[in-house]
Amino acid sequence: MDIDWFNFTPWSALAGGLLIGLAAGGLLLFNGRVAGVSGILGGLLHPARGETGWRLAFLAGLALAPLLHLLAAPLPPAEVDAGWPALIASGLLVGIGTRYGGGCTSGHGVCGMARGSPRSLAATVAFMSAGFAVVYLLRHVFGSGP
Amino acid sequence: MKILFALWAGLLFGTGLILSDMTNPAKVLAFLDLAGAWDPSLGIVMGGALVAAMPAYAIARRRRRSLLGETLQLPTATRIDRRLLLGSLVFGGGWGLAGYCPGPALASVLVGGIKPLLFVVAMVAGMAVYALLERRDAQRAAA
Repeated sequence: MDIDWFNFTPWSALAGGLLIGLAAGGLLLFNGRVAGVSGILGGLLHPARGETGWRLAFLAGLALAPLLHLLAAPLPPAEVDAGWPALIASGLLVGIGTRYGGGCTSGHGVCGMARGSPRSLAATVAFMSAGFAVVYLLRHVFGSGP
Repeated sequence: MKILFALWAGLLFGTGLILSDMTNPAKVLAFLDLAGAWDPSLGIVMGGALVAAMPAYAIARRRRRSLLGETLQLPTATRIDRRLLLGSLVFGGGWGLAGYCPGPALASVLVGGIKPLLFVVAMVAGMAVYALLERRDAQRAAA
């Protein structure tokens, strides 16, 4: 395994990660809810009384965060290599998969693991493994890359 | 009050994603590319988030209600079943295809142009398919 030391950004990763964890902890302590982004978004499609407003507010905060960031500094560049067909297929798989699996990187990977849930550990191992496998196939077996 | 705190949590969460560059799919894919020039940053992001969220989860375990008086809704399922594993595998496959997962995609949707928007629309469509199938199954079970 070759570590890409040039692009590895441990300090900003740690700082950003701590903020994410703080936000997840805050949502739990104040609102009593798990900060799982797929669950918060997907739950809007099964509306229940008193469960819509906070979801919309959390998602609005997530979407508005880059605008807040822009007030202080320019946004870091984002590079999306995937073309339209891959983006559409990817979105569909992520949408269906996270709902059947009951969580995504935030719900299982951060919140569930912070809770010490064996289910979330299993889910995290599963989605990480699938991610590793797909990128390996696309980049090193079929060679074209997404 | 709970709307305000949810908004604050979303803003903080999104800011964390931007600072750690997780809104950049190329960075995410560089983590998933174990056989290439591997960038471990995403692992540090998850580790940092995990450590920062742990105290809150430890406190919540000993409380009945949140600080705002809301019910503390923690997941109750414990079984590692086919749904969990297959769903997570499908999710991971989609993640590896473009480098977006739900949080970073939503934190990019207003500023990232057409590509994250396309991903988010497809993702919501996928979630809607799930919602329809669940509703159908529930109706069948009730009939």
